[in-house]
Amino acid sequence: MRNSFANAFYEIAKNDRRVCLVVADITAAAGVASFQKESPERFINVGVAEQMMVGLCAGLALRGCIPVAYTIATFTIYRPFEQVRVDCCYQNLPVKLVGVGGGVNYSTLGGTHHAQEDVALMSAIPNMTVIAPCDPAETAACTKASLIEIPGPVYLRLGKAGEPDLTANAPDPFRLGKVRMIKPGTDVCILSFGPITKMACDIAARLESEKRISTGVVSVHSLKPLDTAGIAALLARFRVVVVIEEHAPFGGLGPQVKSIAWDSGARCKLRTYALKDEFIHVYGSHSDLLGAHGLDPELIFREVAELAS
Amino acid sequence: MPKPNFDHAAVRARCKRYRRRILDISQTVGALHIAPSFSCLELVATAYFGLMNRTGDPETEDTFILSKGHGSLSQFVALEELGVIPTAWLENYCKPGFPLATHPDYGTPGIAASTGSLGHGLGLSVGMAYADKLNGKERDIYIVMSDGELQEGSVWEALMTAPSFGITRIVAMVDLNDFQSLGRTSEVLPNFYPMLDKLRAFGWESEEVDGHDPQAIYDAVTRRSGKKPFILLGRTVKGKGVKFMESVPIWHYRSPNPEEYKIAIQQIEEAGV
Repeated sequence: MRNSFANAFYEIAKNDRRVCLVVADITAAAGVASFQKESPERFINVGVAEQMMVGLCAGLALRGCIPVAYTIATFTIYRPFEQVRVDCCYQNLPVKLVGVGGGVNYSTLGGTHHAQEDVALMSAIPNMTVIAPCDPAETAACTKASLIEIPGPVYLRLGKAGEPDLTANAPDPFRLGKVRMIKPGTDVCILSFGPITKMACDIAARLESEKRISTGVVSVHSLKPLDTAGIAALLARFRVVVVIEEHAPFGGLGPQVKSIAWDSGARCKLRTYALKDEFIHVYGSHSDLLGAHGLDPELIFREVAELAS
Repeated sequence: MPKPNFDHAAVRARCKRYRRRILDISQTVGALHIAPSFSCLELVATAYFGLMNRTGDPETEDTFILSKGHGSLSQFVALEELGVIPTAWLENYCKPGFPLATHPDYGTPGIAASTGSLGHGLGLSVGMAYADKLNGKERDIYIVMSDGELQEGSVWEALMTAPSFGITRIVAMVDLNDFQSLGRTSEVLPNFYPMLDKLRAFGWESEEVDGHDPQAIYDAVTRRSGKKPFILLGRTVKGKGVKFMESVPIWHYRSPNPEEYKIAIQQIEEAGV
């Protein structure tokens, strides 16, 4: 995802001199390296000073630039939260905040590096758009949309590296702000966002091959604004709807889908899975961390199969 | 480009009018920041009516940011005189249906950034100055800060960054009134001082003057080398001009009652220009 962002960024930034990249001593490779080489004046490293990173971005935006702030998600938005809220959102400026390693992706770095409440915090701020692509191709599409189509501040939540392609055979094309069926199905529908969508796809494949339960997977890349009508339609169309999200149980996708279900009078069965409301002290792979949070594909597979039978 | 024939007496007379104007406004609201507006009035007025290049064209004219947003009345009265904001707005200060309140909001005519939370203005200024450098724009950014504001860590991030990035077009002015909400700055954090050495060590050109002396402010700013960002420490008195308000913490936010208002106006009138 990092490289996909970097290359999409480069394609836009090389032709648009308003675009700047502001980093706090963490950078991306690929296209960003080319950008840094070709346009060093528009690659700004403020050092380990995240309040400066976001404040400087807002200042650039006040002068007509389109700045992109880039570092690990916790440092992009938690350390400089007030600069995000006041400088970027209160003034409604086109600052694009990129957070790498959303959720518990930095699995061996511990709680200091886990952005597990980021969607809730960013969604709560007026004027903010919150975007979380599920794979490298969606990352490219979301990067372009964030820089070109969305006029105000954006929080772009990315994974890290090595995420598989999930959308090459998607029945729906990417449309900014709309839920997107990336794998068709008729009985169960799993809603997800970000890299954990891979887990949703794996569970869907097993439900079909082992239980003959036709299962669709939907990427909800836009957490704010949320495609309320699109989600209501899915709740009406499927008899079982499941949300799997790598985010705290508050303020993310699950509670909002439940809210839409109530408002739209949905009759389907609805089950949501999220990270625990805990700082866990477990280390290992990304999957190990998700498992420790209760996001265990085997467990979810069994529970959804039972729900759908 | 500063005006070559700077008229310090005119700025003093203007500040006297502004103090009266702010006291008049105080009688229409329950609370307002009189004392912090009075302490930075000469800094603000000297910037607007001596130092700043005001072309009327936002693409070329100098920028002004009141980073100590709670002193907004000091800026609003200057913008009123310049005709940037209508008199009716000040006469309906903090009233529904009108855009002026305790802190300046981006989008209001003459307001370059939303302030009110301390420690944001300098970071924004660095970004603006960086963009100006990138785009070859020749203009200065004037920013007025409070001394308590300099306790914010974000200010020191910006102080470190600006000279490191070769930024020279920022003129910061610190309203050194030695007061923060709970007491004297020099007593709350004694190691806050000496300030001048700290600022110079961070790569800024810095001078300290009497912050109520327009000529001294003007001279210090116009004498700067232009090779570094500049920061002026203006020694001021919180509530300057009204004896019973001077250096008395309650007047940070209190509005005078009608009797106090009369005495305050009298003291302003009697004070020499």
